[in-house]
Amino acid sequence: MRLSLSSRFENIEMAQHLCGKLLEGRDVSEETKHWILMALREGLANAIKHGNGQNLSKRVHVEMRVADDTLEIRIRDEGPGFDPRNVGDPLAPENRLKTSGRGIFYMKTFMDDVRFDRAAAGGMEIVLTKKLNASSEREGGER
Amino acid sequence: MKTNVREVRGVSILDLKGKITIGSGDVQLRETINKLVDSGKKNILINMQEVTTIDSSGIGELVGCYTSVTNKGGKLKLLHLPPKISDVLTVTQLITVFDVYESESEAVSSFA
Repeated sequence: MRLSLSSRFENIEMAQHLCGKLLEGRDVSEETKHWILMALREGLANAIKHGNGQNLSKRVHVEMRVADDTLEIRIRDEGPGFDPRNVGDPLAPENRLKTSGRGIFYMKTFMDDVRFDRAAAGGMEIVLTKKLNASSEREGGER
Repeated sequence: MKTNVREVRGVSILDLKGKITIGSGDVQLRETINKLVDSGKKNILINMQEVTTIDSSGIGELVGCYTSVTNKGGKLKLLHLPPKISDVLTVTQLITVFDVYESESEAVSSFA
């Protein structure tokens, strides 16, 4: 499933709805689905706000697919990109009460893997993956 | 997000309903708390029972409100945290920052 969204926060829920549809009928608990949709929300908010700077002339490109019981979500913005290593640890005492800087942490917490790439087409791409089947949840895959 | 403020024994209880997410509720939360603080309210209890979703932006605003109230000599506490919102606060170790109550009367009494 591929989407090209304008840089509006209102589009986050539409993408969440479509991701929910993609997961329908698959071996995935409501709990896991909830955290996947939260991670998707964080990824899209990051792309719209920090990537594209809410510039309506820039798009957010989303690709979602399930293969081998693993969900992969790719979110690409058209912004200047950033170095994820420069994002502070929200658990560090000096960052604990900051009003921002938790989005990437939440994505990493809710998903099995989060990868950041500078996209060949320009912009930053975040790749989120999550094993869907119930056995992986019992082994600690659940948030 | 819908907000309603009521006063109970000197405590301003802010009932929230709906989402506290980026572009939808996050700024509204900040503005509502700021109004309470600016009007001299020092004891603020946020009732989260009917909050359906919160994201990192909403969490950030909640933390900002806590800091803002505390810096002005007030107290901000949370009531009726839904389990998933409690989880979101727990993983970022913010659950230890907030005083959280399951009973409104206990929460109100705690400000005395």
